Amino acid sequence: MSARDDVLAAIRAALADRPDAPEVDRAYRTRDPLPPGADVVDLFAERVADYRATVTRCTAPELETAVAAALDGAPRVLVPDGLDLEVPGAVVDADLSATDLDALDAVVTRATLGIAETGTIVLTHGPGEGRRALTLVPDVHVCVVRADQVVPGVVDAVAALDPVRPQTWVSGPSATSDIELDRVEGVHGPRRLHVVLVDG
Amino acid sequence: MGRTFVGMPPFPTAARTALADTRLRHNLAHATGTIRAKRATVVAEVEDWEDLRGQAAAVKDATLARLDEHLLTLEASLTARGATVHWARDAAEACAVVAEVARTHGVDEVVKVKSMATQEIGLNDALAAQGIAAWETDLAELIVQLGDDLPSHILVPAIHRGRAEVRDIFRTRMAAAGRPAPTDLTDDPAELAGAARLHLREKFLRARMAVSGANFAVAETGTLVVVESEGNGRMCLTLPEVLVSVVGLEKVVPTFADLDLFLRLLPRSSTGERMNPYTSTWSGVTPGDGPQEVHVVLLDNGRTRALADPVGRPTLRCIRCSACLNVCPVYERVGGHAYGSVYPGPIGAVLNPMLRGVGTDPVTDSLPYASTLCGACGDVCPVAIDLPGLLVHERIRVVDAHRADPRPKPEALAMRAAAWALGDARRMSLAERASGLAGRAWRGRGMPGGRRALSWLPFPGSRWTGARDLPVPPAESFRAWWRRTGRDEGTGR
Repeated sequence: MSARDDVLAAIRAALADRPDAPEVDRAYRTRDPLPPGADVVDLFAERVADYRATVTRCTAPELETAVAAALDGAPRVLVPDGLDLEVPGAVVDADLSATDLDALDAVVTRATLGIAETGTIVLTHGPGEGRRALTLVPDVHVCVVRADQVVPGVVDAVAALDPVRPQTWVSGPSATSDIELDRVEGVHGPRRLHVVLVDG
Repeated sequence: MGRTFVGMPPFPTAARTALADTRLRHNLAHATGTIRAKRATVVAEVEDWEDLRGQAAAVKDATLARLDEHLLTLEASLTARGATVHWARDAAEACAVVAEVARTHGVDEVVKVKSMATQEIGLNDALAAQGIAAWETDLAELIVQLGDDLPSHILVPAIHRGRAEVRDIFRTRMAAAGRPAPTDLTDDPAELAGAARLHLREKFLRARMAVSGANFAVAETGTLVVVESEGNGRMCLTLPEVLVSVVGLEKVVPTFADLDLFLRLLPRSSTGERMNPYTSTWSGVTPGDGPQEVHVVLLDNGRTRALADPVGRPTLRCIRCSACLNVCPVYERVGGHAYGSVYPGPIGAVLNPMLRGVGTDPVTDSLPYASTLCGACGDVCPVAIDLPGLLVHERIRVVDAHRADPRPKPEALAMRAAAWALGDARRMSLAERASGLAGRAWRGRGMPGGRRALSWLPFPGSRWTGARDLPVPPAESFRAWWRRTGRDEGTGR
């Protein structure tokens, strides 16, 4: 017998007692995950900052200036196709190798949504967000999130996302707690995460 | 070859060595104390935490009850999205699959995402035996690998190391594995993390193949999920051309929507954060983004053995958060090495006997006793595994497995003697008189509450008093006192 047949046979034998599959009560999906009276967008900004990401809030007309300020003079900036935002001097990704990406200082992208409950941004790596390596190799990630993209909780995010697309959930810059369980920012992913939150 | 757990002594012996190591105890007390406080803060934020635990347990139980169906769905979804699915009965088969993929591509090194499944199957040594170097890229795993050490915690395998030790390991060992540590490296954790960043970056950029595990595997869509902090996972899952993921059978969840429970429970339980810095999901091959050849190895290695025990089955709910380790008074003092497995702590004390079976390996058989049954582990488990109950269940299985031993254990002999003495009123009365004499002969030392106890007995009593006091038997038994004070059994006055 193949390993597949053997493992499946072992599972069926192990379940010979035909256990009941318990019902799952999904009432949790209807509960508000946020503290009473919290504003979704304010809380998102607060919790993103809580994990030592930098948050800038601006209006749509101020966006280009805010992004330029967030880049803080980084000389070599990368943008994905379809960013729909003018970033002067930026290189547009054209199948750059990992080594090419490693030579760049910063990347500017958009996101698919933000989660207030956890201060998380979610990338699904379509137009404006770029393939996964883009937001990983450069040391600075400037991410533009519109206020209307922020959802209250993880439950809302999971319901809204397309599982077939690759996803990266980002909560603050790269970090580790591996030495004495003290949190230290900055290991392999971008050491600086700058979220530009566009109101209105 | 790295060090292995093979040949380690049973828990009581290993624990004695660990307890004598004051630096280890200091490191563990500091680290577990820190993480306990962080967890408690973020768990308190979630008002319906208890309900979420219950529902997550229900999702896992419902999935396990139809595990064959969900795995077939997972296999079909993965295949439809361009992944190759392999099945492995045991560690050797799983390692052989990974080695074969490496051989096909002619690679002599792979980068690894931290993964309990690959630790469990001893993948690094298996690959080394085939001339393939497996580089651990998680910071703690790197510390363990460079230090030729063993993991001692599920989340933070180098939890037993303090910052000064980490600096020494980096200074002396990094050069042999690639880019050396900076010569002026201090023991500041941020600097140590920076050294790891530089050391591993060259490996990420040149690696052609990566090996990962998965925290969850979604049957409906073939989506694998890796939850991490540092970005080393993203590097491995994104940059190489070939990705092999070794996934335990129990990692399957039916739908993507089910993740809305686990992505809330896991980070808060594990690192004590509202959300971990990075979570990656991928479904087979995404054209133009990430590895273009994706393999998934579905690993049994004892899981069907655990599944076959209706009482022990909930052990397979475990999502490897390690909250039970961090609250365990035994783990906090002894550390992970004494458990002789990559799965230490309360979950290890249950999971190892489940996966390996009982009655053959003295180390495994000793694990269910590595607990005070205080119940803290059960209280924090995000998938509501009744760990204290299962520890007792495993003790029963161990005792049952040894009933037919030609040389019974001292405990079994003592219990047999007790059954003989207590099973008959006359014999019991003789035993009471003997223990009364002993109680008068031995003074012992005072204990809180006025009771007296003996701290030392000659062999074989020393087996008991080596770790515990023995209360001095009362000089007079209850029945003797009742008779002496003239109380008559019939009147009850």
